[in-house]
Amino acid sequence: MADAIKVPTMAEYMAQGKKPEVLFWVGCAGSFDDRAKRITKAFVKLLHEAKVDFAVLGTEESCTGDPAKRAGNEFLFQMQAATNIEVLNGYEIKKVVTACPHCFNTLKNEYPALGGDYEVIHHTTFLKSLLEEGRLKVEGGKFKGKRITFHDPCYLGRANNVYEAPRDLLRKLEVELIEMRKCKKNGLCCGAGGGQMFKEPEPGNKDVNIERTEQAMEVKPDIIAAGCPFCNTMMTDGVKNKNQEGNIEVMDVAEMIANAHDL
Amino acid sequence: MQLIAQIAFLVVLVAGIAFFTKNIRRVIRNVKLGKKIDRTDKPGERFAKMARVALGQSKMVKKPFSGFLHIIVYLGFIIINIEVLEIIIDGVFGTHRILAFLGSGYNFLIGTFEILAFLVFVGVVIFWLRRNVTNIYRFLGNELKGWPKNDANYILYFEMVLMILFITMNAADLQLQLNGVYHYAQESGVIMGSFPISQFLSPLFEGLSESTLIIIERTAWWLHIIGILLFLNYLYYSKHLHILLAFPNVYLSKLTVQGKFDNLEAVTNEVKLMMDPDADPYAMPEEGAEEEVPEKFGASDVMDLNQVQLLNAYTCTECGRCTAECPANQTGKKLSPRKIMMDTRDRLEEVGNIINKKGSFEDDGKQLLDNYILREELWACTTCNACVEACPIGIDPLSIILDMRRYLVMEQSAAPSDLANAMTNIENNGAPWPYNQMDRLNWANEK
Repeated sequence: MADAIKVPTMAEYMAQGKKPEVLFWVGCAGSFDDRAKRITKAFVKLLHEAKVDFAVLGTEESCTGDPAKRAGNEFLFQMQAATNIEVLNGYEIKKVVTACPHCFNTLKNEYPALGGDYEVIHHTTFLKSLLEEGRLKVEGGKFKGKRITFHDPCYLGRANNVYEAPRDLLRKLEVELIEMRKCKKNGLCCGAGGGQMFKEPEPGNKDVNIERTEQAMEVKPDIIAAGCPFCNTMMTDGVKNKNQEGNIEVMDVAEMIANAHDL
Repeated sequence: MQLIAQIAFLVVLVAGIAFFTKNIRRVIRNVKLGKKIDRTDKPGERFAKMARVALGQSKMVKKPFSGFLHIIVYLGFIIINIEVLEIIIDGVFGTHRILAFLGSGYNFLIGTFEILAFLVFVGVVIFWLRRNVTNIYRFLGNELKGWPKNDANYILYFEMVLMILFITMNAADLQLQLNGVYHYAQESGVIMGSFPISQFLSPLFEGLSESTLIIIERTAWWLHIIGILLFLNYLYYSKHLHILLAFPNVYLSKLTVQGKFDNLEAVTNEVKLMMDPDADPYAMPEEGAEEEVPEKFGASDVMDLNQVQLLNAYTCTECGRCTAECPANQTGKKLSPRKIMMDTRDRLEEVGNIINKKGSFEDDGKQLLDNYILREELWACTTCNACVEACPIGIDPLSIILDMRRYLVMEQSAAPSDLANAMTNIENNGAPWPYNQMDRLNWANEK
């Protein structure tokens, strides 16, 4: 587990005159944030396990512009989009998978009108299809029977109507899936969207992530499952704030599957 | 005497409708102050959505109790209006229950109206209790204090009184028919209409003289139709236009997934120019070409918003389902999506009033930003779309928040400093944090 993992880049593929089956868009959090890097690695291990022919952009990847756009900086967003689209189109990318719902939403919905038209898939949906194609096996293992609640990321759920893929994966882990009072279409935000991740919250009587963590704690989970690096950070902070880090873990769905495989 | 009543009725009717039309024209004019936006694509899908969401009330029942009550009041409102048709014909021609020739069908209709009127009354009383007695989060917001709260109650009182008048009118009418009074009763003695509710009231009128009964019946009849016309005209001054505007509003609402925000076209053109190596940065406009007015990015006032956003503002009935779902509002921040819509409408009305007085808009030193909507509200939004999802009639408060943020950032460079730093980082090193882009793949080699 401690070994460095092999991560091919598009540049290497290009040099060999090959094209991968899918591009893994890592995203800024997945590349730089210590917690999110663990999700990235877990997902890469699963890609290897399923023998997926993939590559990353590596140093040629840049922020999709999502936080800039939601903060109102349309200029910066479209500059980022133009740069990224030039790179993606240069490599003739057709299919993109990403573990970040914000990258997913922006690439999928907002890039096409700017000249970047790709099949964009969230990693939970991608893992589910690997499962269905028999390329990946998922078994409960250490998660069997554990109480798990899934926190819907706004930009995966409400924004793009993906609710079932992450839940289907969790069911495969034979966990006891319990829903929070606010879930799916009515899910409560973790508090990070719209650029909030990068600023202090406005004055109020509570932070949004605390409110959401309290909702999760109502169902007494062993693990809060997430599908977004930002939600993961917010919920982890919430759990710490409630002094529950000994009782409740916050894990990405991909991490759980990789963990069940002992990868 | 009869002729005078008929003429008086016509005058009241025409005046009521004319005044209403004048105000609706004002709404249309004000909405057109906004920027044009094309929402004419996919008419089939739009009609289906309108049928499902506006006509079919599909999103109302997400809250089952209030949704159910609303459907009763809504059905009552629509169906009882068939009776208004008869009232108008009777009023103009001096007839009595002109549609009675429909026989048993007529009895069924009148019976249905009565039961609905009773249910509407009960529903409206429960609505009043919910607003004024119980502690329901969405009816406690700061933005509801004063006029909005009174406005909501006036509407409920209006509806209660109209239903009472309708039932009283029928009760007196039934008694007059039973007494065989000329103009009311048929020669055959057959009762016109069936009165499942007012039959319990008419015994109260049993001992009354014929003339007293006629006065009661006529008074209730007149007050009922005048009340309806007053209510129609109150709509424009109240929050209640949704009973009409919900339909076009849902039709014109966004059809794409909620996560897809519009890309500003003006920005796309500028970015293309910047990325185009052949573009001449010193290019001058052609001789004689019209000087292009530089476009303003984002919105600081209602004229910068688009027509659908302004229609949204007139359509909002301040139910507060958006605000109750808003993560910022739930955690005590100032942001309330409902207030965004109320402010937009109030400012639009203010601009409209200036136009009414002066013929065209003159700067009054005010704008939507700061004078109505505070920056603190705008920056509290997580863009989570919960408000958009919660609205039963397709209003999109988030799009207004985003357009105002665009103004703050692109015209004023007024983002909160942490956010401005994150954006500088994206610009310089392609990530919201200050890490070098060349280190982007380091994770692969970390143990």
